[in-house]
Amino acid sequence: MTIQEIQNEIIAEFSLLDGDKEMILTYIMELGERLPPMDESLKVEENIIKGCQSKVWLSTRLEGDKVLYLADSNTQITKGLISLLIRVLSGQKPEDIMTADLYFIEKIGMGQVIGSQRSNGFSSMIKQMRLYAVAYQTKLQS
Amino acid sequence: MSTLSAPTLDITAIRQQFPILHQQINGKPLVYFDNAATNQKPESVINALNGYYSGYNANIHRGIHALAEKATAAFEDTRKAVQQFIGSREVEEVIFTKGTTEGINLVAATWGRMSLQAGDEIIISTMEHHSNIVPWQLLCEEKGAVLRVIPISESGEIIWEEFEKLLSAKTKLVSIVHASNALGTINPVQKVIKAAHAVGAKVLVDGAQASAHLALDVQTLDVDFYVFSAHKLYGPTGVGILYGKRALLEAMPPYQGGGEMIAEVSFEKTTYNVIPYKFEAGTPNIADVVALKAAIDFVNQYGKSAIAAHEDALLQYATEKVGAIEGIRLVGTAAHKVSVLSFVLEGMHPFDVGMMLDAKGIAVRTGHHCTQPLMKRLGLEGTIRASFAIYNTFEEIDTLVSALKDLAAKRKK
Repeated sequence: MTIQEIQNEIIAEFSLLDGDKEMILTYIMELGERLPPMDESLKVEENIIKGCQSKVWLSTRLEGDKVLYLADSNTQITKGLISLLIRVLSGQKPEDIMTADLYFIEKIGMGQVIGSQRSNGFSSMIKQMRLYAVAYQTKLQS
Repeated sequence: MSTLSAPTLDITAIRQQFPILHQQINGKPLVYFDNAATNQKPESVINALNGYYSGYNANIHRGIHALAEKATAAFEDTRKAVQQFIGSREVEEVIFTKGTTEGINLVAATWGRMSLQAGDEIIISTMEHHSNIVPWQLLCEEKGAVLRVIPISESGEIIWEEFEKLLSAKTKLVSIVHASNALGTINPVQKVIKAAHAVGAKVLVDGAQASAHLALDVQTLDVDFYVFSAHKLYGPTGVGILYGKRALLEAMPPYQGGGEMIAEVSFEKTTYNVIPYKFEAGTPNIADVVALKAAIDFVNQYGKSAIAAHEDALLQYATEKVGAIEGIRLVGTAAHKVSVLSFVLEGMHPFDVGMMLDAKGIAVRTGHHCTQPLMKRLGLEGTIRASFAIYNTFEEIDTLVSALKDLAAKRKK
């Protein structure tokens, strides 16, 4: 699926939750539980995303011309949030990740649900994921 | 449930005085349990602010016109109200600050710089707020002094014998919290002050969490410095009180230079104003100081003992109900506590619990509560903290309990 198709799928899922904050958070936590486990050996200092209130580890690898992301967090809601980003961006080409318009975030009303402090953390996650994409793009072109 | 409430307080009528409480959050009635961070303001305080700005806003102390007179009188009336509220001998011993943090920094920067030498010791406790740790660390670093820390027990109480061992002729200051913001523990400050004075040390008490709950008489306590904030006392943000004994305040150098704090200025030599003005450089936060009097009147109207009785009953009820939920562990079980209930839900991060409670309209605080060394001692990343005030009800605690039960059940799935 393309980044756009996945985003539309997420928007459709969240629209069923009717804007109810409790239901949305519960759903986000459930998504976190479904995130593929991250090996403990990857949960090291250099994989921690800075700028998040809770601990978030992110590791990546390039498979062919696709970027694969693995992540974990010590809090369930954060884990759910990053699982959404992984669902949209993992398995995509670096250049698509770099240029993706992540409109689903606004469409599902993420800002109001998670508040400004967690929104900053969420932005840090996206920034870090894009930085890896830039690095892989450079590698692929060289 | 209302039978458990102190008979003298009509909580329904009290709630009517707090406009902010009557709103929905996420479609549910607001349950405000973040009172240890800041409590809400009664209409009288809001009206005092409004009344000042719409009726007599003027700069104080040197104006000769009618508005300046009125503003000055209201400002100084608050000082008198604070004097009575804390039982200080003289009104000049009441200094207005920005808050508890500034009060502590003021003492560290003036009395501390003047009195400390290399090798001297300052004693604090493990349960201090960062505001009562960092100013002393900075001072110790500058002076080559040593910061010593009283250990605490599992229940969150200072270990008295260990405190006694730390006390010596080297001890110049003991700076301790009256009531812990993270655990609720009420420290035996009277005993601490007596023991510290016996070795010639001065004592600063951080009263941020105590001012709205505990009876206070600085003369009986014989405390050297007592600091607190208006906003935890149903008053406005941006105002705090530093009480200091006259002799100490007079001996201390000024904190900041500027207007108000001077007697006479020339380029050769400046002489300083008398206390309290020596420590109040610049135009003070007049409006909020004026409104603080309304907050003190509000507390006095009901009396601290009646307020404390209501809050104690709430705390006891919440302790039983929340403590009985499977998966919840209470943190801080001291025998004497203010109305702070800290806990963790096993298997769920405090942030997640806090967000889920917020979705249900319940405001609590989560995290380390600016007491990282304490959290480290307890082996925790943070806790969930519910703290109660005069306007909280037993029904609201029932709402919290039911929400926590839901979360505990979800967690087990």
